Amino acid sequence: MDPVKLHYDISGTDFTTAGEASGKIKKTLKSLGFSPAIIRNVTIAVYEAEINMVVHAGGGEIDAYVSPEKIEVVLVDHGPGIPDIGLAMQEGWSTAPENVRQLGFGAGMGLPNIKKYSDDLQIESEVGKGTTIRITVLNK
Amino acid sequence: MASEEHYYHSVRLDKDRCTGCIHCIQRCPTQAIRVRNGKAIILAERCIDCGECIRVCPHKAKYAERDTIDIINQFKYKVALPAPSLYGQISRVRDVNLLLNALRGLGFDDVFEVAAAAERISDATKKFLKENKEIPRPLISSACPAIVRLITVCYPNLIDRIIPLHSPMEEAGRLARLRAVEETGLAPEEIGVFFITPCPAKITAIKHSQENERSNVDGAVAINDIYPALVSQLGKLEEQEDIQHAGRIGISWGMTGGEAAGTFSEDSMAVDGIENCMNLLGEIEDEKLSRVDFVELNACMGGCVGGVLTAENPFIAKARLNHIRKYLPNSMNSVSDGELDEVVTEKRPEEIPALRLADNLQEAMEKMNRLNELLDTFPRLDCGTCGAPSCRALAEDIVRGYTTEQDCIFRIRDELAGSALKNAVNDIIPPPFRKKEE
Repeated sequence: MDPVKLHYDISGTDFTTAGEASGKIKKTLKSLGFSPAIIRNVTIAVYEAEINMVVHAGGGEIDAYVSPEKIEVVLVDHGPGIPDIGLAMQEGWSTAPENVRQLGFGAGMGLPNIKKYSDDLQIESEVGKGTTIRITVLNK
Repeated sequence: MASEEHYYHSVRLDKDRCTGCIHCIQRCPTQAIRVRNGKAIILAERCIDCGECIRVCPHKAKYAERDTIDIINQFKYKVALPAPSLYGQISRVRDVNLLLNALRGLGFDDVFEVAAAAERISDATKKFLKENKEIPRPLISSACPAIVRLITVCYPNLIDRIIPLHSPMEEAGRLARLRAVEETGLAPEEIGVFFITPCPAKITAIKHSQENERSNVDGAVAINDIYPALVSQLGKLEEQEDIQHAGRIGISWGMTGGEAAGTFSEDSMAVDGIENCMNLLGEIEDEKLSRVDFVELNACMGGCVGGVLTAENPFIAKARLNHIRKYLPNSMNSVSDGELDEVVTEKRPEEIPALRLADNLQEAMEKMNRLNELLDTFPRLDCGTCGAPSCRALAEDIVRGYTTEQDCIFRIRDELAGSALKNAVNDIIPPPFRKKEE
């Protein structure tokens, strides 16, 4: 069977709409009848990644592939890239600008939270080219 | 579509008044209304009885089924349970006793203030929050039945967050009957207990209790139905007995913020308006509010004073409640530790899986793929001419097998464009849907 595919273009300039894609993915998973725990894990992981995409990379694209076994979400941006992924994965490490921190973001918990709420997290990043993040949540 | 009998609803349609316009379908927060054959129909499993459709219908075709005051005569002893919101309905009534005595004058033997029961629930909430720190936060108020129903339909994973305490109305019904039995020696079933209601959701909560096997309340009379008689009783009042037994906290339950304030927790918050409540429930689902202790949610703007069965402008009613409560003690009712069990609900609300496309994941995914394909072919104008509130809702109805693509006026346009009538297409269809020559 074909997976359910969802695609979203994320604007990098409109900060107020950040979180819309994760909200729509949540709605889809609800009508499909996934368990609340799975829906929560996917929503939180994608929300964090979506916010990162807006804050750091000026937007990008999100594709979700939903099958009965797993939910896979791929986030592609063409932003500055992450120089040291190991450092970025540390809780509390943040490079978010001051204006974003004032809104309550940029606490350095984005990537750690994505890892916490997903079963697999792959990050490919090249400085100056962009970042691709693959989040997998297994339906178990 | 789903059977009408399975779920009781107070909110109904008067077919004769319905013109088949689309005001209600686009306002309904759970997308529970469609227009078919020129008339609205309410999807019973989705309806939460919030009354938004009653508010918005320009033809008064939506109404709340409720009891008339004569119903009280079926009982030997009659007790009125006034909602706190009633206190703000009438001008120049600064003394609650006056109002309660006038209410008794309508034919009731006794009056038991729901505000008094609310103070017990406030006290119990405070204790429950303190003693159950292990339950994930925030906990959600159980008082607004439209919100409870909304959670069972749209946010079923939050059912466990609904605080398992009775609504003030149920608690008032229980206490009122106990007191009546004690004072009269009559059997409990000879006593009729009636809620004076600001909204249809409470009526549904009486017919189909989500907290007790059977409601403690026998019926509901609408505030706006008794309003004229109540005003006239106030004018006739000669002597009055001191029957008031609720303070500031109880009366404040009639408006947004009253219940939250009653928890005496700085980490409580209050929200009103069904859309605001839905946004907040989404935030709770995503665990963005885990530092909040307790959330009061009111489906109506302003809280219960904003109910569709009230008589007064909610802002005026709220100002009056502020005046009325001014010189009252904070609270006149509490729950002792031994009584705490009495205010815990008998049962928990159950999930209503109305939003799921199918019972199993495979089938649901097939339908979702079809739904997304269909959606790509729809104009995404959400014009409502198909009778569904949005293009997405129409696509959903199609994959559920309730209707077909032919409901979309754009399909008809496209078909005409390929027929002998193609030059006349723009003359036949309404201006917003005409295709501009490129």
